[in-house]
Amino acid sequence: MGTTLLGATAGVVGSYAVLRRRALVSDMLAHAALPGICLAFLIVGARDIFALSIGALATGLVGLLLVTVLCRWTRTKEDAAIGIVLSTFFGAGVVLLSFAQRHHQGNQAGLDTYLFGEIAAMQSREVRLLLAVGTLVLLAVFALHKEFKVLAFDPDFAASQGWPIFILDFGMMALLAVVTVVGLPICGVILMAALIILPSAAARFWTNRLGPLLLLAGLFGGASAAVGTLLASPVPQQLLGFNPLAFGWHPSHLPPGPLIVLTTASLLVVSLVVAPQHGIAARLIGEFRLRARIFREHLLRSLYEMSEAELPALPAIAESALVDYRSWNRLLVDWQVRRAQRRGLVELQDGTIRLTADGLTTAANLTRTHRLWELFLVEYANIAADHVDRDADDVEHLLPQPLIDDLQRRLAEEGRLPLEPRVDVPPPSMPESPHELEP
Amino acid sequence: MIDLFEPFRSTTAWWTIAVGATTNVACALVGCYLVLRRMSLMGDALAHAVLPGLVLAFLFSGTLNIVPLFLGAVTVGLLATFLIQSLHQYGRVPADASMGVVFTSMFALGVVLVKRYLSGIHFDAACVYEGLLQFVALNTVDVAGLEVPRTLLTIGPVLLMNILVIALFWKELKISSFDANLASAMGFSATIMHYLLMVLVAVTTVASFEAVGSILVVAMLIVPAATAHLLCDRLSYMVFLACLAGVLSAVGGYWIARVWNVNPAGSMTIAAGGLYGLAVLFSPRYGMISTISRNLQTSLRVTCEDILAMLYRVEETDIQQRLDTSSAVQALGGGFVSRWGISALIRQRQIVRTKQGLQLTDTGRSVAKSLVRSHRLWEAYLVQHLGLPLDHIHEPAHRVEHFIDEKLRHNLEEAVDDTGRDPHGRDIPNG
Amino acid sequence: MSPPALEIHDVTVAYHRKPVLWDIDLVVPEGKLVGIVGPNGAGKTTLIKAALGLVPLASGKVEIYGKSLKQQRNLIGYVPQRESVDWDFPVTALDVVLMGTYGQLGWFRRPGKIQREAAHAGLEQVGMSKYAHRQIRQLSGGQQQRVFLARALAQDARIYFMDEPFAGVDAATESAIVTLMQSLRSTGKTVFVVHHDLQTVAEYFDYVILLNMRLIACGPTEVTFSNKNLQATYGGRLTILDEAAEAIRQRDPLR
Repeated sequence: MGTTLLGATAGVVGSYAVLRRRALVSDMLAHAALPGICLAFLIVGARDIFALSIGALATGLVGLLLVTVLCRWTRTKEDAAIGIVLSTFFGAGVVLLSFAQRHHQGNQAGLDTYLFGEIAAMQSREVRLLLAVGTLVLLAVFALHKEFKVLAFDPDFAASQGWPIFILDFGMMALLAVVTVVGLPICGVILMAALIILPSAAARFWTNRLGPLLLLAGLFGGASAAVGTLLASPVPQQLLGFNPLAFGWHPSHLPPGPLIVLTTASLLVVSLVVAPQHGIAARLIGEFRLRARIFREHLLRSLYEMSEAELPALPAIAESALVDYRSWNRLLVDWQVRRAQRRGLVELQDGTIRLTADGLTTAANLTRTHRLWELFLVEYANIAADHVDRDADDVEHLLPQPLIDDLQRRLAEEGRLPLEPRVDVPPPSMPESPHELEP
Repeated sequence: MIDLFEPFRSTTAWWTIAVGATTNVACALVGCYLVLRRMSLMGDALAHAVLPGLVLAFLFSGTLNIVPLFLGAVTVGLLATFLIQSLHQYGRVPADASMGVVFTSMFALGVVLVKRYLSGIHFDAACVYEGLLQFVALNTVDVAGLEVPRTLLTIGPVLLMNILVIALFWKELKISSFDANLASAMGFSATIMHYLLMVLVAVTTVASFEAVGSILVVAMLIVPAATAHLLCDRLSYMVFLACLAGVLSAVGGYWIARVWNVNPAGSMTIAAGGLYGLAVLFSPRYGMISTISRNLQTSLRVTCEDILAMLYRVEETDIQQRLDTSSAVQALGGGFVSRWGISALIRQRQIVRTKQGLQLTDTGRSVAKSLVRSHRLWEAYLVQHLGLPLDHIHEPAHRVEHFIDEKLRHNLEEAVDDTGRDPHGRDIPNG
Repeated sequence: MSPPALEIHDVTVAYHRKPVLWDIDLVVPEGKLVGIVGPNGAGKTTLIKAALGLVPLASGKVEIYGKSLKQQRNLIGYVPQRESVDWDFPVTALDVVLMGTYGQLGWFRRPGKIQREAAHAGLEQVGMSKYAHRQIRQLSGGQQQRVFLARALAQDARIYFMDEPFAGVDAATESAIVTLMQSLRSTGKTVFVVHHDLQTVAEYFDYVILLNMRLIACGPTEVTFSNKNLQATYGGRLTILDEAAEAIRQRDPLR
């Protein structure tokens, strides 16, 4: 249906706008369209959607050009320029609207709907126009995918390759203008911007690549539009055989615009929380796991340090001693000790803890790594940044081998070098945060 | 003969203008800071975001009393600000997108609430946008024997509050607007200033709703401030000029509205926009016209100096030789600026037109001498300090010579070894 | 005798009407590894941008292999400074390298098999094949630099301009990049590198351009990278140039 395509198109084009940090330009385009609509109406004398759309597009593009001119040739900054054009054009629109209302009674019913959007008044001709425009815009975006991609990501590089930056940019904004104008009768002036920005903001949480982002934004946009439209109109609900009164929902003929926006907003909130990599839930869980692992490793290392004096014999260490060693929270220690026991790294007996053979190896590795680092930082701090590849996982790969050999030798001399790892036990991976060096 | 002042001849008119002006000034005061902090669109965002707050306040309090409305607006305003910040910082959504996301969603919520719960009450959607300025003078309250519009009683105190806050926090707002990090480092929490400003915006917005509606509040916040920004370089002047622009927009807008019988709030916006446009074109320092005129003046000066220098060089080769006007113009590349330059020089008595051609007067000759001196000193400098080859120094010197003043010439003399001859072997005229 | 790789004639570049590069005049033959050296604010990035046509020239012209820039764009590869990148942009390493092939593709065409193979080859050359599908924020500084280098390689150019490729990069990556540059040179390509570490100039580059708002010297490293020239380069800005620049800006004060 019409709105679905609109939602999808808006989502896709909007992604580019957001990536170019031009999200609110869509708001400006929507507001700047009003005087164009009124002018077109005054000229044509009737509510012909085609003429009104052309008028809207015209003033929208003029507004766009004006913002560019103001930014380039005056002191006014981009945000102020957008705000100025947005509000003055809208003011002009309001004036023209009142002029039309006073002098053209009756015929202008429906001009008001441009403010909030009403879908009921859409005729099939208008739907056809919507479909045609939507398809064209999507085709254009598809054709220019790589051009827009490089323009949005690295304009300098794109310019050096010879791409006409200004034209491409204007083209992108013009597509945005077209989508905005076409969607105005449905969503109304203010909420059109939402349709453009929200889907891509939500989609960003789910993917790291541009292609999928565009697809997902389109999907989200289209789906919310469909859902919002359904919620707004009673007819489809009846078609679905769905009695809303049973749920206490009164079909009070809410306009579709706000409902679409709220649907998309809820999608955004859900994405924000739930999305696997960028979502808040995922990040919190990841952090939690990381902290737990760090704690675990500190625990083992402390056990090693407390046992070191009596090696190779494995002493029994009182749990309370362990808690005091680092002034840790007793419950936390309890929990992790039991976990370690389940993994065969320690033995628990009458409130004492003893490292197993496996536990000893693991703890020794951890301590060795830790001490190498410490020594490195102390001795070689002034060239630390030069020699460290911050993304490597093991200290063996972080530092050049000759340096590691030298550090190991020195630790051995001091009597602080823990046992060499057995070859059949894999070395533990380095926890990232405590050992990250500042550049 | 149309009476231009007809619209102003009634008390209604004056009260309406008063309301408009007060609203505009209150907004302009706060708007200056929004513009300077590049947060103009935050004003837009807040103006829209407060809608659900207003509706909820109305529903809970059951009245249109201004106090619960303010409370509702401030609460929601703070909430919106907080959401925008958090979305940006923790959600890693770009700043402008997070503004767009939050305010449109909240506005949508507001619209849904309005349509759902307020449809019984007469709530003309358009007035949310446009305001009811045309009717303010009708809704009056008796204050000390004077029929004062109720709206003025709302917006008046807000204006006073804005003035008070800005006066009290003058330097804190100034510093945090200029450099937030510096402000925080000095102990003025930039975050608190930010939230304070946002609260002011929210309150001012709500107070202005009745007069000008939400969209036009945005105009009143930004446009006079931007106009003032183009006209001056000091914060105090800027604030003053913004308020002035606000008042003028109110007066001018009202006039437009009465003469063409159109919506007054919209007209005030157009008036404000018109003032901005005038500033863009005519601002003495930053306006486009001024810039163009300055460029023309420089062009003319450069051309005149080129003419004088050329005549001097011609004299150098052969004291008797003269250059006629058309050859001179041609040598300079033609064009009307050359002709204009020649006339200007004749007027300034730096050259005279004789039968054989153009001739330098004594004044003209001394000007030419300094110019040629600058040129040749610069050439010497280029050779000695920049190591440029001889065939590459004339063009650069030709470009730069017009901007070398006495002080720079003096420095050049000190930097260059032989101030008697230029690299081509010609004499450097003494200053 | 083939035309020189880069020829800059009497180029002055102004920023907001204020000259930042004065009358630059230099010639560099092909097949050299050229270091561009100078203090902060000397105009090194501006020089590269002028050569690439990214900033307008107040005077003079730039020629690549004897022809204008417009005609020779397909011969040029560019590695810009890393600071200007938006790390949150949803692209992987492979996506970035593929962008290098866009110039060859022209309008509307999509990268096909050939381009993908070239991109993978580029990643291979810089040792980043493993990371092809990582989003760029997840890469370390050295890895990001390598990806941008791979992008330039995918451009398959004859002249490369690199702006501070060694900034904030670990020693292993640095030596890998230098090896790569040297192999480029051995195939006859010319590489211009804005470089900030004086200690390594003689070791890495066989040609050097010394710059401080004006050209101090340009030529083979052995003769040009001398104490005298270094003193002239780093001995502070020429106040006279600063004064003249300010005077020009004031009389012609278009933002």
